Amino acid sequence: MRKEGLGSIYWERFRQNPLSLAGAIVVGGMLIMALLAPWISPYPPDKINLKEILQPPSKKHLLGTDELGRDLLSRIIWGSRVSLSVGFVAVGISCTIGLLLGLISGYFGGKVDNLIMRIVDIMLCFPTFFLILAIIAFTKPSITNIMVIIGLTSWMGVARLVRAEVLSVKERDFVLAALSIGCSTPRILFRHILPNVLSPVWVAATLGVAGAILVESSLSFLGLGVQPPTPSWGAIITAGKDNLEIAWWLTLFPGLAILITVLGYNLLGEGLRDALDPRLILERRR
Amino acid sequence: MIPLFLGISLITFVVIHLAPGKPTDLMTQLNPRVSLETRMRLEKLYGLDKPLPVQYWMWLKRLIRMDFGESFLDGRKVIHKVMERLPVTISINLLAMLLILGVAIPLGVFSALRQHSFLDKITTVIVFIGFATPSFWLALLLMYLFGVKLGWLPISGLFSLNFASLTWGKKILDLARHLILPVAVASFGGLAGFSRYTKSNLLEVIRQDYIRTARAKGLPERVVIYKHALKNALLPVITILGLSVPGLIGGSVIMESVFGIPGMGRLFYEAAMSRDYPVIMAVLSMGAFLTLLGNFLADILYSWVDPRIRYR
Repeated sequence: MRKEGLGSIYWERFRQNPLSLAGAIVVGGMLIMALLAPWISPYPPDKINLKEILQPPSKKHLLGTDELGRDLLSRIIWGSRVSLSVGFVAVGISCTIGLLLGLISGYFGGKVDNLIMRIVDIMLCFPTFFLILAIIAFTKPSITNIMVIIGLTSWMGVARLVRAEVLSVKERDFVLAALSIGCSTPRILFRHILPNVLSPVWVAATLGVAGAILVESSLSFLGLGVQPPTPSWGAIITAGKDNLEIAWWLTLFPGLAILITVLGYNLLGEGLRDALDPRLILERRR
Repeated sequence: MIPLFLGISLITFVVIHLAPGKPTDLMTQLNPRVSLETRMRLEKLYGLDKPLPVQYWMWLKRLIRMDFGESFLDGRKVIHKVMERLPVTISINLLAMLLILGVAIPLGVFSALRQHSFLDKITTVIVFIGFATPSFWLALLLMYLFGVKLGWLPISGLFSLNFASLTWGKKILDLARHLILPVAVASFGGLAGFSRYTKSNLLEVIRQDYIRTARAKGLPERVVIYKHALKNALLPVITILGLSVPGLIGGSVIMESVFGIPGMGRLFYEAAMSRDYPVIMAVLSMGAFLTLLGNFLADILYSWVDPRIRYR
């Protein structure tokens, strides 16, 4: 009963903020677009048509065509698959690492905690983009590598968040109760503590997807990301920038797609943060 | 500081060994410019025949001496290449930081004082858009608008072709015109973060008891806000300033390659594209040290402006 009550409070608060709702709608819309790409895109994304190169937006090609006569709208729709999958997988990796290290660090404390937190400090010293670029230069630019590399270089924030939460949660009575009835350490960590530290992780994950999409598009823009002919928003912009003077649409629209998607995830994340903030719940109940 | 330094060197060392097989194999296979002789020298430089701990020790010793070997592309000492690019990147980032502080703090103060006003809402929306805008895209759009369409500003490089023949005053003007767009792009992302941060800090501080005291004793609102509240609200901004160093340095890769600015970011990009291995390692470690330095300076600054904090 209580859980349901809490859920509806969250939803109630989330609903009251029009910006969060807008974020949720954008995120949902983008997901549907990515899932339905083969059915909703007007042309195949890599269909070359040399008779119709660099066409401005028209009824036939809503967002125009590129230097090979490919339909820009279709490429942007297919590109959402790249952006979203990179975002989700990278964030999945970084949140898993961050959660595990944060749980261990916060629960066990002492030397382990110290070691993990120093590793976090060291990782934070590197300009992340430099580190990612260096690793890509040494491995190979491919969509799988990019997901893994972004994931491996962005877990530090989550680790810190989770650790801080665990430090307060582990002092609570229900953990003591679990200990006293002889629960094993993994059971305490994953069954009792984990569910109670998840809400800031959801926020961080949502914002993380936005960050990962931006990084992926920057890498693809630099030619070190998803390789052509796979349509990626960043790569479309790179290809279009040589024709910027005669075909502005090739630069404008994919960039807008990135902006809107990232904006959507950021708004959703902020909305979740406000909705899940425990301090505000107490205020309301009083 | 020392453990962090060791950690940085360890991670860069791990990055070197990420390459499949011997790192030199990869380099030599993919880069026809590398001769067998260079390859042997490289293997000796990195001591690839020795056990890993020995290799790490050698890497550490070279790092301290700033000896990164020679570039694959032109055979010049890597450290010279980096050092001639570094001032460009640092000055652009310093300018960007000044611009960020100059615009973001007034914006944040305004939003905090007039919370929920129409302009506050507009600022909030702009802040969100600022967070979501890919910098390379913004750079292209600005280049198109101000460089191509309007023809007001040069779109790439730092100097005009006739730079050498200009008088002193004109030289400075020329450089400034070239810097407007890059600095604007470099600071755009930071603007959003800082104004938001200033706003939330100020809102927090205004609720404090000492502000109520200041108001109660009849001080004018202007003095309360600017003298009592703002000072305290801006203290944590210093820390964030230190923390934003890696983002700015990382962002310089994109900003410099779009605008064709010969800085460290562009050097790094070119090195990554051509797998110029010694340069990549050098720039990666330098980037980390710059961040370390930024955080260190922020700490010192913090203890200097806030007498409550003293480092032992």
